Amino acid sequence: MGATTTKIVAVTGNQAVAEALRQLNPDVMPAYPITPSTGIMESFTKFVSDGKVDTETILVESEHSAMSACIGASAAGGRVATATSAQGLALMWEMLHIASGYRLPILMALVNRALSAPLNIHGDHSDGMGMRDCSWIQLFSENAQEAYDNTIMAYRIAEHKDVRLPIAVNMDGFIISHSIESMTFIPDAEVKKFVGDYIAIDPLLDIDHPKSIGALVLPDYYMEHKRAQHEAMLNAKKVISDVSAEFARLFGRKYDLFESYRLEDAEVVLVALNSAAGTIKDEVDRYREKGVKAGLLKPRVFRPFPYEEVGAALKNAKAVCVMDRADSYGGYGPLFMEIASAVQPHRGPVLFNKVYGLGGRDLMPLDVDQLIDETIEVAKTGKAKMVKEYITVRN
Amino acid sequence: MSTPTQETPLTLKALTHKPVHLTGGHRMCSGCGAPTIVRQVLMAIDEPVVIANATGCLEVSTCLFPYTAWQVPWMHSAFENAAATASGIETMYRSLRKQGKLKKEMKFIAFGGDGGTYDIGFQALSGAMERGHQLLYICYDNGAYMNTGIQRSSATPFGADTTTQPVGSKIQGKTQRRKDLTRIMAAHNVAYAAQASPHNWKDLMTKVRKALATNGPAYMGVVSPCNRGWRSQTNDSILLSRLAVDTCYWPLYEVQDGKWTINYDPKDRKKPITEWLKPQGRFKHLFAPGNEALLARFQELVDQDWESLRKLQEMSKS
Repeated sequence: MGATTTKIVAVTGNQAVAEALRQLNPDVMPAYPITPSTGIMESFTKFVSDGKVDTETILVESEHSAMSACIGASAAGGRVATATSAQGLALMWEMLHIASGYRLPILMALVNRALSAPLNIHGDHSDGMGMRDCSWIQLFSENAQEAYDNTIMAYRIAEHKDVRLPIAVNMDGFIISHSIESMTFIPDAEVKKFVGDYIAIDPLLDIDHPKSIGALVLPDYYMEHKRAQHEAMLNAKKVISDVSAEFARLFGRKYDLFESYRLEDAEVVLVALNSAAGTIKDEVDRYREKGVKAGLLKPRVFRPFPYEEVGAALKNAKAVCVMDRADSYGGYGPLFMEIASAVQPHRGPVLFNKVYGLGGRDLMPLDVDQLIDETIEVAKTGKAKMVKEYITVRN
Repeated sequence: MSTPTQETPLTLKALTHKPVHLTGGHRMCSGCGAPTIVRQVLMAIDEPVVIANATGCLEVSTCLFPYTAWQVPWMHSAFENAAATASGIETMYRSLRKQGKLKKEMKFIAFGGDGGTYDIGFQALSGAMERGHQLLYICYDNGAYMNTGIQRSSATPFGADTTTQPVGSKIQGKTQRRKDLTRIMAAHNVAYAAQASPHNWKDLMTKVRKALATNGPAYMGVVSPCNRGWRSQTNDSILLSRLAVDTCYWPLYEVQDGKWTINYDPKDRKKPITEWLKPQGRFKHLFAPGNEALLARFQELVDQDWESLRKLQEMSKS
């Protein structure tokens, strides 16, 4: 346990991430407000107005320009951060690919919110899943503490010379972003030491060594660029593990590619991202008390997805219920597709998929109980009635 | 003021000794206005300069992996965001300078065609100008999406034949008048806004220097002949840019501190618009029998704009 991380504070998820950004002290922050991530920007710009950071903000006119300015600023040669949600991320989508294609270690706080239509400002993962193929490292966070810790670790991962990719730290809109929780902050000096100075690679502002960034690349070279990105993403897995291990050594909180909760001997397993995991852990405990071998697997790293590790962790389960807070309409839920790919090499468990919580619909303990009951039934029969189904929804 | 103490004089003799920042060997068409404009712009500057470039002819033809024609730092990221990308670069510069991590003074220029500037990049440009970055945005305006094959833009002149508003039996080219972006930029109360033409290199280069000396947001629109889109001779580019000014289709003027100044007034030597239209194949149909009214309308639009510009100059004198 780190000796210096004992001060407990009560803050919202947005405040926790804003505090992490203050400690990280990025050189430039281009951002555009959008519910529910606006609080991060408001808290941070107050730090700027009070002179608590060196950051220059760019209060852009759209999220497209926010990410464009992030790209320009990062390529210029310094640390860059932004925050957004849902429609904001959707408007950035074109530029997300360019940020990663240029291998720029930009940090984004993504406060997960449902995509329109219908218009909805509440939490689900449709925004985060929409950036799945953009070559961004994606970390998910169950609560304010995890969102803070993931943010503190983000630059170390993104800027690693074997990686050099942008990174998004996800947390659930409103459920986490606007709820006050108790958590601990790491002292400023220790964050500063942990993160270290930025080392620019081929910065645009190195005027004596002019670089051209953003060439047209035709079929003769395009694919090599893309494979390099793929390899960087593969490298990210080890870097995330290493950085997380160092973080645990220094500050006491242990993170890995995913969290295994009472998973070792579990026969019935639920898989879920972000805040739902908190509710599920309570219900797993209740079923354990009743003698049911229940467990939870909570992915922390969605890109790069740890297929081998997740497959190994699930191969001895009898039934696995994968919960998606987003849908790929006409396909299975995005998390289900990953879990199915991870389990595929093994003779593994029966899998089924539940879509829950879209547009901020609550997931109650009783809903989780029903899922565990159904998973027990599937484990017994070896068969799922329906592979994919919406729950807590009107007929 | 960051004007260097020993500015290179704007004489051909002095300028021939300046290093070339956009080398030959790029893939721009012969007769294209854009590289001529870029070289004039870069030659005007003595300080270190960093370039942002919108997707377009200039970008795809000057930096084709693994080659580049740029001898100064240059960055392209997308079509609609040269102003936003440049905002990011310039802000990082200010942040690093403030923190003492960067010593050298630099200037920032964004280049975009009229597609990336008037249309898809309009919002990003407006935002960057309003925020007040130390940035000069230069639009090389050839009046259509030339890079993708001569599709209409909001800068396309009235009556012009394009591949998306083609001349047919019912429609005779573009039915709308063009957007006047330089005036829209002036309405942003930017530090400096101007129109220039590559035929008058001294005027263009003087304007670049003035714009950069303001250390505020600045905009320049530069007429840029495109023989592919204008269906003109490759050796007529400078002639056509001169005729655009002499006919008052593209007046040379500048706006600074609320003062509008016409830099070249042809007065009684103002040429009829037909002199600019005639050498261009994109206006050929306007000279066909039955289209006399369209030609007259074109002249009327030019006269209206010219008169209102003179009034702006007059009004801002007091």
